[in-house]
Amino acid sequence: MEIWYRLVELVMPFDWAKADHMYFMKNALLAIILVSFIFGILATMIVNNRLAFFSDALGHGAFTGVVIGGMLGFVRPIWSAIVFSIIFSLGITLVKNKSKISSDTVIGVFSAVAVALGIFISTLGGQSFTKLNIFLVGDILSITPSEIGLLFFVLALVVILWWLLFNKLLVVSVNQSLAASRGIKTFWVEVIFTTTIAVIVTISMSWIGLLVINSLLILPAAAARNITSNVRQYHLVTILISMISGVSGLILSYYIETATGATIVLISSIFFFITFALRGKTS
Amino acid sequence: MIKNKYNMNCEKTCGGLCCTKIENIGVVYGRSTILKDVNIHIHCGELTALIGPNGAGKSTLLKALLGEIKHTGKLEFLDEKGIHTGHPIIGYVPQSLNFDAGSPTSVLDLFMACRSSFPAWLYTPKKVLKDVEESLERVKVAHLIKRRLGALSGGEMQRVLLALALDPVPDLLLLDEPVSGIDQNGMELFYKTVSEIRKAYDLSIILVSHDFDIISKYADRVVLLNGTVLCNGSAEEVYKDKSFLKTFGMRV
Repeated sequence: MEIWYRLVELVMPFDWAKADHMYFMKNALLAIILVSFIFGILATMIVNNRLAFFSDALGHGAFTGVVIGGMLGFVRPIWSAIVFSIIFSLGITLVKNKSKISSDTVIGVFSAVAVALGIFISTLGGQSFTKLNIFLVGDILSITPSEIGLLFFVLALVVILWWLLFNKLLVVSVNQSLAASRGIKTFWVEVIFTTTIAVIVTISMSWIGLLVINSLLILPAAAARNITSNVRQYHLVTILISMISGVSGLILSYYIETATGATIVLISSIFFFITFALRGKTS
Repeated sequence: MIKNKYNMNCEKTCGGLCCTKIENIGVVYGRSTILKDVNIHIHCGELTALIGPNGAGKSTLLKALLGEIKHTGKLEFLDEKGIHTGHPIIGYVPQSLNFDAGSPTSVLDLFMACRSSFPAWLYTPKKVLKDVEESLERVKVAHLIKRRLGALSGGEMQRVLLALALDPVPDLLLLDEPVSGIDQNGMELFYKTVSEIRKAYDLSIILVSHDFDIISKYADRVVLLNGTVLCNGSAEEVYKDKSFLKTFGMRV
């Protein structure tokens, strides 16, 4: 972390970047770079595989997981949240694949149940809901160096996963039967991918905020799609937009004193509308 | 008796020719039986047309052959020597991709994702690029390599998908109504290419189609399917058969 602090002092022309103070801001900066990088990678295929609504529902599942963890008296409800989210995403994927119900209905049902259950448990016995606001709005400034370590670990996992799984995911996104004819186990590819999204959404929820986390997963990729025509450009532009929005959103939110997650989302939405206006100029 | 014995033998060895055997395929979805006891025997180099009314289970059969849905029975491929060589390599041209036309995926990306284990988002090794160009050239669409999938016309898309299905050269090629929604020229061109390729690679082809003229022109054999195989023979034979006339509502 020391190296990082020195680097920020050198590069960043802001008050908070000066030596030996405001460590929380420097931590947050590193965290946001990592998170937006991870989100950028995953976003490309979440949008391509039409999983936007699914990842939104995962946020709700993760929230319920936190509440259940709290009820059972876990010190760090994040782990119970991860477990619950994975079960939740597996449930959606299974029901979707084993029935003829359309996927948005399945996701809608699961999502509604999760939110209701979360609120129900958290208000049992007249408890106040406000202590859970942090999960709704998020607080990146509270991140600790050990959590940043966790993010590095997750990033490494995502890159490995992307190395091994991306080609298969791309074929599945184009056509399931085509993927099957290529010997791809489409169901398992889907399970691995959705489980990964579940884990990432869950661990980032308390920093980014449940209400806006999905926009952060969708917007950069949606913006990039407007102006790119192959997979490589798509990744590059998505990750760039994601990281620029992340870093500038964090810094801006510090000066105008707003919630970081929402500020980032607003910036990436500006990217979306700019690229939307530019679209059609590339083939 | 002797004839019977000979036939059995023939069934086992494909008479010394390479062939694909579809044996007792059955598919049950929920409580309804979609397919039952489907047996089709295809020699290499033959184009078998699969016809039947809507809901007859044609696409379901293809999906079962692809292993995409649960089914009973089996699919076997035997080479010239009659040695069991197991599951055939299958090439598949879907009816339509039904994918997101806005997706930033190029023809090259799709090929690379299908045939290479090297991640398509990183970069394209020269050898892969050359191979992809070659397989596109096989159906004369090498100029489309950089094009976005969503920007291809219906005819271009089908040719690209055909090139993809032929890379690697399969034992069995499945074409699921490959020219629905393509103009006359595009259709002729597509079938001409398929014919050439069939001769060049001695491929077994199963074609699902509703176009009886095209079928009588290109198919060696026609299989009428409606839940199970109702009739199996040359186009003329099948078109005259009672089951054919009955299925398609013509008077006997």
